Amino acid sequence: MGSEAPTLRTQTRPPLWRDVRVLRVVFQVAFVVAVLAFLYYLYGNFRTNARASGLSTSFTFLDRTAGVNIRDTDFRRTQPVRDALIVGLINTLRVATVGIALATILGILIGVARLSTNWLVRKAAAVYVETLRNIPVVVVIIFFYTAVVLKLPSVQEAFTWFGLVVFSNRGLNVPWGEGGALVRPFLAVCAGAFVVALLVARWRTKRFDETGQPHRRVLYGTGVLLVLVAIGYLLLGSPVTLTLPTADGRLVEGGIELGPEYAALLIALALYTTSHIAEIVRGSILAVPKGQSEAANAIALTAFQRLRFVVLPQAFRIMVPPLANQYLNITKNSSLALFIGFSDLFLIAQNVIANGNPAPQVYLIVMATYLSLSLVISLFANIANRRLTLGTR
Amino acid sequence: MTAGPIQTRTEEPLPLPEAETPPERRLPPGMWVRENLFNSPLNTVLTIVFGLLIAWVVFRATRFVFVTGRWQVIEQNLTNFMVGRFPRDELYRPWIAIYLAAGAAGVGTALYARTRPPVPWTVTLRRASPALLGLVVILSLSRTWLPAALTVGGFAVGAAGRLLGNRLPERARRLLPLVGLATVLLAYVAFTGFGGVGWDNWGGLLLTLFVAVAGIVLSFPFGVLLALGRRSSFPAVRVICVGYIELIRGVPLITLIFIGALVLGFFLPPGMTRPGLTMRALVAIILFAAAYIAEIVRGGLQSVPKGQTEAAKAIGLSPVKTTMRIVLPQALRNVIPALVGQFISLFKDTSLLGAISLLEILGVSQAVLAQQEFLGQRVQAEALVFASFLYWVACYSMSRASQRLEQRLGVGER
Repeated sequence: MGSEAPTLRTQTRPPLWRDVRVLRVVFQVAFVVAVLAFLYYLYGNFRTNARASGLSTSFTFLDRTAGVNIRDTDFRRTQPVRDALIVGLINTLRVATVGIALATILGILIGVARLSTNWLVRKAAAVYVETLRNIPVVVVIIFFYTAVVLKLPSVQEAFTWFGLVVFSNRGLNVPWGEGGALVRPFLAVCAGAFVVALLVARWRTKRFDETGQPHRRVLYGTGVLLVLVAIGYLLLGSPVTLTLPTADGRLVEGGIELGPEYAALLIALALYTTSHIAEIVRGSILAVPKGQSEAANAIALTAFQRLRFVVLPQAFRIMVPPLANQYLNITKNSSLALFIGFSDLFLIAQNVIANGNPAPQVYLIVMATYLSLSLVISLFANIANRRLTLGTR
Repeated sequence: MTAGPIQTRTEEPLPLPEAETPPERRLPPGMWVRENLFNSPLNTVLTIVFGLLIAWVVFRATRFVFVTGRWQVIEQNLTNFMVGRFPRDELYRPWIAIYLAAGAAGVGTALYARTRPPVPWTVTLRRASPALLGLVVILSLSRTWLPAALTVGGFAVGAAGRLLGNRLPERARRLLPLVGLATVLLAYVAFTGFGGVGWDNWGGLLLTLFVAVAGIVLSFPFGVLLALGRRSSFPAVRVICVGYIELIRGVPLITLIFIGALVLGFFLPPGMTRPGLTMRALVAIILFAAAYIAEIVRGGLQSVPKGQTEAAKAIGLSPVKTTMRIVLPQALRNVIPALVGQFISLFKDTSLLGAISLLEILGVSQAVLAQQEFLGQRVQAEALVFASFLYWVACYSMSRASQRLEQRLGVGER
């Protein structure tokens, strides 16, 4: 038997063209070759067409003069295309980061409001969500630009809110620190203080795990942060002064001006994404098993404690992947700035193309940039996901 | 569980596996107010604050709609909003298509309704209320009686179709997909046949609907293939499919649309005439939607228990048959609501076509502002509110329908 088996196997071994292992490899090689051949065919077409129309196929245009004006920046027309695209990327990031922060806060508020015991609050939140969710984001953006921000009163009659915010058809003015020569060292001190505060918070957590004493890590962390920043501020001789915006005739003095396009885009994106995040928050809270709240009630936790220590931590775990998806959407939707003329990466790319630079390469760079932003957000989401699932179980 | 209460109580939680919601208690009004609005000091404050806020918003909105809004811009351009630049003496063509669709819908719902428990007409009315509201608003903005009369005719054709459907024998139900397909083809012929009007002259709601429907239908097979490729046991196929899906999902649709509009021509063989702008936009949308559909279908494929494949293997089905007959039907059934969701977002995404000067709803709403009479009239709000309303009616109706579907299919309950 033992000696027979090998011969048996060699005898029944199928011929090469019927051997699954061989076929698998052959099929895959054929598939890859077909895809590569198709791509090569497209590239060949591109080369021929580009040569016929005298279009450059290289990336040297990045060093040419951009020749575009970018509003609200100190970008000069003579700077190269490369710099223009970088300015655009920074503007995209300005919208995306602030938008993500605003949408998260508002989304959590409205998501919780949809579960309120108050009928009126619940209904109002539902109407908000069902209205905005079913309208294209572009329409919301254009609406906020042309029908809200541009129709605001002029600076002379601008809205002011406790002297902190000035809102006019020139945009939104908010308080801002005005820096002297020592801004950069001060920012470095702030970053250092933040790191130290994080380390202190970690040390408190560790101590809590070991001894069971109250950790008070938030208290300790913020304390250390504030003390270090205050020391840095005094040592550097008040490097930053806070200025408040004030409407003065036709101009707004002090603070920082966020142009009308930026303000409209930011508000529209934040409000639109809020409606989606609110649904995620509501769904995640509902997805926490009912037994958890009942158990929390049984051990006599207060309503706040139940939410803070039992329901929300578990809801957050469910929330992370879809939330990350919404963050991705904000980042991608910021490209709709095109419709209202805010100089984000995509609009500047359009302008650069309009100046005679080769469209295929510019779009390739734009796509690669958005793709990297997406990958970065996914990376953070994965880290958060892993930490939440490991840390709480 | 009937789908009725879902419509009225939007605050009702998503259907949870074990939480069967108890029937709502009927409280006397006084008690209801106390329990739902003033049951704690915090809620009392919230009720007052929100009450004032809502009253203000409702007041402003009502005043805008009935008093201050200058709706002439919509009234004069209603045809533009519906069909864009469609030649005006060919307008009987869309109506023929609408009548065909109404008749087919009548037959279809009649055949379909037989398999379902009867739905009271009040529920039907409530379900159709957003769409009916949309219809009433559109017709009330029309300056002639013709569209209203023709719409009534459409309802009559639908009712006739329904009567016909009720008389058809049971086995006609199997022909239902065929009827749907035939309707679509005939409607297409009604638009383009016999010296008709090609896509490039479509616009408004018509173009939006066409791009959304064509986009989802044409991208579907591609998306299913990508999903199967992503779950394939061949590493090379898997890598390429994952690469495509992640690349497309990582970039904004607007870049793809512009690439379609400006760059696609470079990749076609030299000498080939470039397809029209609508076609190029559609290609971009199909490539985009396929990646998202692939991810949805992948979720469906993962939800099919492994025992199904193993059982198929055990009875000797080939891999292709296993996929086609066993795995895919179950996977697709599980993701129907998600596919409807994708259709809704595609419907909304068609608004980006305005950027490449295609006149879909948003494009029209921007173009009318440049008309001689409305230039500098600051009627942006009116045009945009009407455009949003059209989108909202369509998307809200569809999302409601998808929620009912989700409940009936019992997704997440098995």
